[in-house]
Amino acid sequence: MKSFTYERASTPAQAAAAVAGRQGAKFLAGGTNLLDLMKLEIETPTHLVDVQDLKLDRIEKTEKGGLRIGALVTNTALAADDRVRRDYGVLTRAIVAGASGQLRNKATTAGNLLQRTRCPYFYDTNQPCNKRKPGTGCGAIGGYSRQLAVVGSSDQCIATYPGDMAVAMRVLDAAVETVKPDGQTRAIPMADFHRLPGDHPERDNVLEQGELITAVTLPKPLGGTHIYQKVRDRASYAFALVSVAAVIGKDGAGRVAFGGVAHKPWRVEAAEAAMSQGPRAVAGQVFADARPTPDNRFKIALAERTLASVMAQAKG
Amino acid sequence: MKFDTPAGTNPIDQMKIVGRPTDRIDGPLKTTGTAPYAYERHDVAPDQAYGYIVGSAIAKGRITRMDTSLARAAPGVLAVLSTLDHAKPLPLGMMNIAHLFGGADIAHYHQAIAFVVAESFEQARAAAALIRTDYARDKGRFDLEAAAPTAPFEPTGDGPDAKDIDSVGDFASAFGAAPVRIEQHYTTPGESHAMMEPFATIAAWEGDKLTLWTSNQMIAWSKGSLAKILAMKPENIRVDSPYIGGGFGGKLFVRVDAVLAALGAKAAGRPVKVAMQRPLMANNSTHRPATIQTVKLGATPDGRLTAIHHSSTSGNLPDGKPEVAVQQTKLLYAAPNREIWMKLAVTDLPEGNAMRAPGEAPGLMVLEMAMDELAEKLGMDPVELRIVNDTQVDPAKPNRPFSERHLVECLRTGAEKFGWSRRNPKPGQTRDGKWLVGMGMAAGFRNNQLTKSAARIRLERDGHLTVETDMTDIGTGTYTILAQTAAEMMGVPLAQVRVILGDSDFPASAGSGGQWGANNSTAGLYAACVKLREQVAQRLGFNAADVQFADGQVRAGNRAVPLAEAARGGVLTAEDGIEYGTLDEQYQQSTFAGHFVEVAVDSYTGETRIRRMLAVCDAGRILNPKAARSQVIGAMTMGAGAALMEELAVDKRFGFFVNHDLASYEVPVHADIPHQEVIFLDYPDDKSSPMKAKGVGELGLCGVGAAIANAIYNATGVRVRDYPVTLDKHLDKLPSWT
Repeated sequence: MKSFTYERASTPAQAAAAVAGRQGAKFLAGGTNLLDLMKLEIETPTHLVDVQDLKLDRIEKTEKGGLRIGALVTNTALAADDRVRRDYGVLTRAIVAGASGQLRNKATTAGNLLQRTRCPYFYDTNQPCNKRKPGTGCGAIGGYSRQLAVVGSSDQCIATYPGDMAVAMRVLDAAVETVKPDGQTRAIPMADFHRLPGDHPERDNVLEQGELITAVTLPKPLGGTHIYQKVRDRASYAFALVSVAAVIGKDGAGRVAFGGVAHKPWRVEAAEAAMSQGPRAVAGQVFADARPTPDNRFKIALAERTLASVMAQAKG
Repeated sequence: MKFDTPAGTNPIDQMKIVGRPTDRIDGPLKTTGTAPYAYERHDVAPDQAYGYIVGSAIAKGRITRMDTSLARAAPGVLAVLSTLDHAKPLPLGMMNIAHLFGGADIAHYHQAIAFVVAESFEQARAAAALIRTDYARDKGRFDLEAAAPTAPFEPTGDGPDAKDIDSVGDFASAFGAAPVRIEQHYTTPGESHAMMEPFATIAAWEGDKLTLWTSNQMIAWSKGSLAKILAMKPENIRVDSPYIGGGFGGKLFVRVDAVLAALGAKAAGRPVKVAMQRPLMANNSTHRPATIQTVKLGATPDGRLTAIHHSSTSGNLPDGKPEVAVQQTKLLYAAPNREIWMKLAVTDLPEGNAMRAPGEAPGLMVLEMAMDELAEKLGMDPVELRIVNDTQVDPAKPNRPFSERHLVECLRTGAEKFGWSRRNPKPGQTRDGKWLVGMGMAAGFRNNQLTKSAARIRLERDGHLTVETDMTDIGTGTYTILAQTAAEMMGVPLAQVRVILGDSDFPASAGSGGQWGANNSTAGLYAACVKLREQVAQRLGFNAADVQFADGQVRAGNRAVPLAEAARGGVLTAEDGIEYGTLDEQYQQSTFAGHFVEVAVDSYTGETRIRRMLAVCDAGRILNPKAARSQVIGAMTMGAGAALMEELAVDKRFGFFVNHDLASYEVPVHADIPHQEVIFLDYPDDKSSPMKAKGVGELGLCGVGAAIANAIYNATGVRVRDYPVTLDKHLDKLPSWT
């Protein structure tokens, strides 16, 4: 770990300004991912701005009948919230499918969105990785890529976004509210929040330097059956090979997003029109542009079969 | 004490304390976090500095330049050791082939190349990152599959008797003539020990004398190895390892933590502690080698094996040994014709070496799957197939019987208790909602190894007993069974015995490995207790022959004297050990199990979830059924990992195990492990030792993987012959989900 300086901000604007004004500065919330990466010198911030005092830890109703989830609401609190459990069950199910109780107690809503990839080549600083060190190449392409992306990848990077919560938020059409160092705020649709790797895999998302997440908003409840199914090699405490977040109505119509397959939660809205035709029709469109490796080609069939399982559950 | 004739009746047979399910006496320390593991022994040496290990970034080649100047100048740094400080590698320790430190040559990924000692762990880690190293990469051999076709035979046997192919009868003719045959190829992956406690050592010098507080299974081996590696006199080295947070064979040997702590402490002029960083554990140390195996079985229509072929190819660094995956096939089943061989390819991956049940673990994963395939082809129950082929003698030497062998009873008992009769022999037929349900079984087999072991026992003035031996407790229950042995022998309650382990100043024991620890270490203590009983009797004026030790009293005829009286005139100390004659040559000594498993496979996703597991074990006298059960269920859990998820993934370009942390090398979590049941058949083995016990800690693993894989096949109808049986390997062949 490299030496760094540390400060605790007391307002969002102050936090944003503190990071914007300093090369190599980063926000620190729960620290469950950033601190690990710093110990391995995968992340080497020179300055940390601790945001834990920003009082962004409330879940409140929005004027539009949805929920605004403060950036610092813990995964545990969010998953346990009565309104979330009742109206956004897919979100609770996604959260409790991830990590462990101890980590969820510490991990925050904003921090979880910013969780970095678990690609093993990203994690081993001896290996080439365009995401960790732009221009060094991608060790995973041609290497061990069983866990990695099958769709939306580039010749520079086949990493996945590893989280579960964001996959549910994607299917719910959540938006990420931010404040920039100049005080401007914006709401970024979850669809646009995470990037595809393209030629700049070092950038996971569209946030600008110093731009601070203040909340995630959920639209008014969708109704329907909420399902999150996560497939992995062991029964718990593992990242998804494939996950499916779905909200499905009585008529079989609905929405579906996939985790563990791309650099972002993967949802193709146009494919959802085919829900009534069954999982094969949907998956065919969702993965039409897939470019798997020999190691992870199975994920495409797995995604289709997992979707079939989800649709069967929705039928009850 | 020489043990060269079968044991007669002795005080252990009273079974007042031995053989009773007994809580581990170190349990409260473990559960309250107060058992001091190596890295936590803050009190043993003052002013401990912290070490941090730097591993090689390449797998094969040499270092052309290393710049440590920035690290040396970093805050808090006390010393920086470079592998280039040594013109050539330090000598090898016992039974290892990859050098631990020294010289410019790199033999495998994450080999230690530098060591930073600093005032704090964080300073050492930060400074280590400032070391700049340039390498010249060599092309390495990292692909076992590619190397296998040209790999040479690895002869079995020793010296001039060594043969490339171990043959009995005429395999080729018998196999050719067999009415029913199967021939299949299988693979097992490399596995990592993945123990919770990493390699860890605190080292301190006093003049020429070195003390290492470390985590190690084999104290006497390690003391000898350290003397060799560090070019020291053995008497100047003390190794102390009272608590070990898992080893599984990874800690049989001296690892680089001990060497660098010693060298670092010398360089820094003060005690140094180091724990190997988790990401280095898989590639810096040893692992269970991957195998490519072939089994051919020929049988008569009624299931009698007429021909067995088992061959295995594994890889290792130059001068390494093979994974002896064919070992059990020489002894498990009767068959007049057999052909067994191994090949060994040279690879440049990290060193392959022992991991829990080396040989049998991957060997039975394959042999017992092949038996399942044969049973299906015969239309025969898999349990019956094994029973029909049972042998009570070494098949290659029919005049050499097994000392005790109750495999058939293991299988029959297991089948009955498990409800095996409810299994549908036709695969892919049993459904429970979306789940495909299946049952599988396998035989378990592991040899019982006899090796000398010594101990010292003291009768203290207050009547307490103190046991001292360099034996280790790797989480197995050794403290407890030694205390039980002493208490039984001396006729005192368990609480009156204090056991101190793991110190190289104590008598040399068998150590912990190869499931030999329990039987041999207790037998060594038995010998010391026999001596102490004689001393007690003599001091109290009894005729040693007819004295009884019970209830804290020493009795003969009408006279009874409290045991403590014997020490009133001074502490009594007895030291002895067990040594073995030729009973293990006259009799084949092995342990046996029947493993039964029920699984459910998600018909949509192919995920396997184990539902229940049963092991029926025949392993001699069970010294402490509670501790033994813990050993067996732990081993069954390890077998679940081997069957379902554990695999060191090889990057064949860069030559390293990619998934080198506990997030990516998956071992079972609690949710993977359902109901587990263990039944012990209690058949004391009078050929094994005066304790009449045998090993059980590895037996619990042997066969489990195949039982699980066979259950998956029974559930799905899809045979996966490449372990682990992950969902991607059968997904496209599963019954349609529609």
